[in-house]
Formats: sequence, C-alpha cells, structure tokens
Amino acid sequence: MTDLAPPPISTPARSPRPGRRAALRGRGRVGAAVAAVVLVGAIAACLLAPLLWPLDQSAVDLARTRLAPSWGHLAGTDELGRDVAHRSLYGLRVSLLVGAVAALVAMVIGGLVGAVAGTVGGRVDRVLMRIVDTIAALPHLLLGIFIVAMLRPSLGAVILSIGLTHWLSTARIVRSELLSLRTRPFIDAAISGGASRTRVLTRHLLPHVLPRLALATTLMVPHAVWHETALSFLGLGLPPHLASIGNMINDGQGSLLTGAWWASIVPGLALVVVTLALAVLTGRWRDRLDPRVRAELNL
Amino acid sequence: MRRRRAGTGRVIRRRMLVAVPVLAATSMGMFALGAASPIDPAQQYAGAAAFTTSEENLAQIRANWGVDDPLPVQYARWLGNLLRGDLGWSTSRHEPVVDVLTARAGWTLLLVGAALALVLVASLLLGTLAAYRRGGWFDRGLRAVAYAVQSMPVFWIGLAAIAVFALTLGWLPAGGLTDVTATGTDPVDVARHLILPVTVLAIAQAPWFVLFIRDAVAESLRDDHVLAARARGLPGRTVLFGHALRTALLPFLTLIGTHLPELVGGAVLVETVFSLPGLGAVTVQAALGSDFPLLAATTLATTVVVLAANLTTDLAYSAADPRVRLDD
Repeated sequence: MTDLAPPPISTPARSPRPGRRAALRGRGRVGAAVAAVVLVGAIAACLLAPLLWPLDQSAVDLARTRLAPSWGHLAGTDELGRDVAHRSLYGLRVSLLVGAVAALVAMVIGGLVGAVAGTVGGRVDRVLMRIVDTIAALPHLLLGIFIVAMLRPSLGAVILSIGLTHWLSTARIVRSELLSLRTRPFIDAAISGGASRTRVLTRHLLPHVLPRLALATTLMVPHAVWHETALSFLGLGLPPHLASIGNMINDGQGSLLTGAWWASIVPGLALVVVTLALAVLTGRWRDRLDPRVRAELNL
Repeated sequence: MRRRRAGTGRVIRRRMLVAVPVLAATSMGMFALGAASPIDPAQQYAGAAAFTTSEENLAQIRANWGVDDPLPVQYARWLGNLLRGDLGWSTSRHEPVVDVLTARAGWTLLLVGAALALVLVASLLLGTLAAYRRGGWFDRGLRAVAYAVQSMPVFWIGLAAIAVFALTLGWLPAGGLTDVTATGTDPVDVARHLILPVTVLAIAQAPWFVLFIRDAVAESLRDDHVLAARARGLPGRTVLFGHALRTALLPFLTLIGTHLPELVGGAVLVETVFSLPGLGAVTVQAALGSDFPLLAATTLATTVVVLAANLTTDLAYSAADPRVRLDD
C-alpha cells in the first residue's frame, strides 16, 4: 500500500521505468485504486459464490415475499421471497461471464475483419470499412433484438447477438493500427532484411496489435454486459428462472410498483458499481497506452 | 453556390448507391434469419386453435402464404410487396403492419425528438460552463457524474425515476401516455406523462454530449481566434459562447449523427419501462411474439430513418464548414 502515497512534490513525477508503478501515479489515482479494489472484490465474490453461498435458482419462499432490507436479508426479498442480495451476486456472475464471452466473440470477428482490411488493403479494405461504417450507423439494440427473437431467446442467442453487433470498433482499431504500423521503418527494415510475409505478420505486426486488441476487448465488456442486461430486461435474454441482472430488474418491476423498490434497484446498482469500476480502470489503461486516441471507443 | 449544390446532389446520390445495397443486405440477412427460425407461422397464426386444427388446414394456410416456397421466391415476393407499400400482416397484433407503424411512429419520434432537444440544450450549457472553469469544482463534479451515468442502463434509471418521482413523491405519473380515465389525447395530459420518459432518455444519453462539448470548448478556448477576441476586449460571455463554443459546434454535428442509433435503442427501453405506445415497445412485443413481418418492418423503418438522419448531419456539416468536402 506504500505505493499509493502521493509522490513528494519537490521531485518531478518521472520514473526511470514507466512500469507498474506509473499506474498508481498521476491524476485520478485514488479513483483507480478504489475501482481496482471494487473490481477485484466483485470478481472474487463471483468466483467464490458457489463455494461459500450456494444458490438454488428455483428456490421460492412464499411466506417471506417483498421483505424490506434487514440484517437477515441485506437487500430485502423479491416477489417470490428470494434474497435479493444473494441473487444479485449470482446475477453479476452470469452477466459478467456472458459479457466476457460475448466480448471475446466480438474480438474474434472484429480482429479478423480489421486484420484483413489492414493487411490486404485496397479495394477489400474500402468495401469492408464501408460495411463497418454502415452497420455502425444502425441501432445495434434493434439488430440484437431481431437476432435473438429469430433464434429464440437462449444463452447462445444472446452471446451471438452481442458478438455480431459489437465487433465494429475492434475492427476499426485493428485496421488503423495495422495501417500505421505498415509505414513504420522497422517493418521496411524487416522486409528488406528478407523476412517472409508470415514472419512480418507474426513477429512484427502481431505484438504491436495485441495490446490494442486486448484493450478494445476489455473496453467492450461493459457494453456487452449492458446489452445482455437490456435483452434480459426486455424478456429476450437468458432463461427467466436464472438469476441475471436483467432478469432480476425485469422481475422486480412489479414489486417496484407496490413499493418494494429494492428488488429492481439493488441488482442494477450492483451492475453499475462493477461496470463503473471496470470502465475507470480500462479508461486509465487506454490513456496510458495512447493519450491521443481517447475518443476511439466512446461508443 | 451552383458548385456546392451540385456537390451536395452528388453526395446524396453516392450515399444512396451505398445505402441501397446495405438495406438489401440487411433485409436479406433478416429474411434468412427469419426463415431459419424454428417458428411455424401457420401455427402461430392459428394460435391456440393450432392444437385442434387439422393438419390439412394448416397446410392450406402455409400454401396460401407460400411459406414453403424456396427462400429467394419468398424474398422476392416480400420485397415486391414492400415496394408496393404492403408491409404484410402482423401475426402478433392481428392488424396490418402499416397500421401499427403509422399509429405509433409519431410517439416515438416525439419521444426521441424531445429527448434530443433536451440533451442538446443541457449539454451545450453545462459543457461550456465546465470548460470555462475547467479543473474547478463544477467541472470535476460534472465529469464524475457523467462517468457514473455512462455506466447506468437507461431502463434502470427509468425504474429509479419511477420509484422516486412517481411512487414516493407522487409528482408525475409512472407510465402510459394518458390518464386511465382520459378519453382522448389531451396535449397537457400527454406532456405530463412524457416528462419522466423524455428526461430519463436525455439523462442517459447526456454524458457523451456533455463530455464532448466540455473537451471541445476547452480545446478551442486555447485557440488563437479566442485569444484575439479576448485581446479586442470583448466581454467574457461573448468570447465563450460566440467564439469558443461556435468552433466547437461543428464536430458536435457528427456526434449527433453517430449517436442517433444509441438514442433509438434507448427509446426502445424507455418505452418499455414507461409503457408508452411507441415503435420501440411494439418492436419488443413483436420480438417476444416472433412476429417476423412487424419486426422486419420496424427494424427496416428505423434503419432508413437513422441513415437519412446521418446523411442530413453530414450535409449540415459540409454546409456549415465550407472547408469540409464530402468525398464519399
């Protein structure tokens, strides 16, 4: 924790090795530290939940419905007498997992399209990018709804729906990175040194693109989570008995109208806190990686 | 002037050349997805009667609708009907799709339009003020709030707003377009019912606009022409709004264009939360009922509107800034 102490004002904040420590310096470091603690805590709780607090997804207790928050039920109970805090934890688990998997699907699609556009170039690049521009101009929630509706709501359909609508910014980032890399001297040097096409791709281009791809994917996770939550909220997402944040907010609507606001608001709050922490950390990562392209992923 | 108009015409033509294949591809993709879906439209049409209807009758319905024809034939027929203005029959609402669209599109446009207007006014004002005293408490507070709101799903904000303003305080109605007892659509009544939905949609979209304006104005406050205006002794307000904000406005147009799809997505969710009779809510119902004709129509209609709005913002951009040439 000593690293968190502010640097002395007399010495300029300059590090001989801009490494791990730099992450804890500069503006907003308190916020970043808080975000890191929240995120690590949430992920640990999600991972440990099945061991420490197992949940029976189908359990109901009709004798104790819509109880207000108390020491027994920290966030009250819902319309079927289920503990809201407990289910929120499981909802977070499901939502983060679905978001991460969907972001990976989007990464694969976007990475491939961006790589083809950026390395082949020319007409292929123009056509691909025009397609990307146009899909980006469509309301992606509507497209997602359409995909899910036609495939029937299920886990796979939700992941596919998110993956198919969220790969565009990744494709753009990979492409523009490849285009700018191609003009750099070290690529010329590698080619004139006799490096084969494959070698240039794997040894020179890939290592530069990977950090950006990883960042773009991480930045995508909150968006994927929101998309999943929105679909589940509309009743088009995960199976209704499964505790997911969207399902819980949807189920809680009836309770909310009768005054039991916690059934909808608490799960949403859990989601907001975790995605905010994720956004703060990835935003910091992005600013460090390249302070110039800040607006690239502001979807 | 003549040249400019010719350029604009060319831009529109070129965009059309792109938009038509895109719409065709979108509709084809939707159609393929609809055909691949495991839902039998004949059984859906029959509803509960499907259990008692004989297999011959169902087959007759299928034959009448041509559901079993090859996919390209079906697509061509659907497209032909579309071009003639026949959007088909909504299987979930049991009325022509055109009627559903015309009855509801207006409410969605009203919701989105009002929210957009509110976002624009609020973000221009707040963003400029934050940029003027950047680093101050107002700037820092505004940015913190903006980042927090960015993480909030719009329907969650909507439910929280209902819990606070409709149920706890009882100031505004929790949903619907008019009071239950109302017989017509009285403008005052409708306006009262739209306050919460419009504000919620605006708040959910505001962070991007506020942060953008704040950064853009902060940037242009450092520009030479702002310095020159200050040097001439113009009052601070004139410099801020007349000079700094004005230069920041141009890229703002593009942001509006790129954010329209988000606004439409938000409208779908807000309409569902507040039970408004708009296109978004009906899209969700169509999706829940696997109503392909209605779903395809709403998706395509929204796509066309968003593409047209995008083109409009781009044209406005080139009209506002003569240096910008739209090459494609």
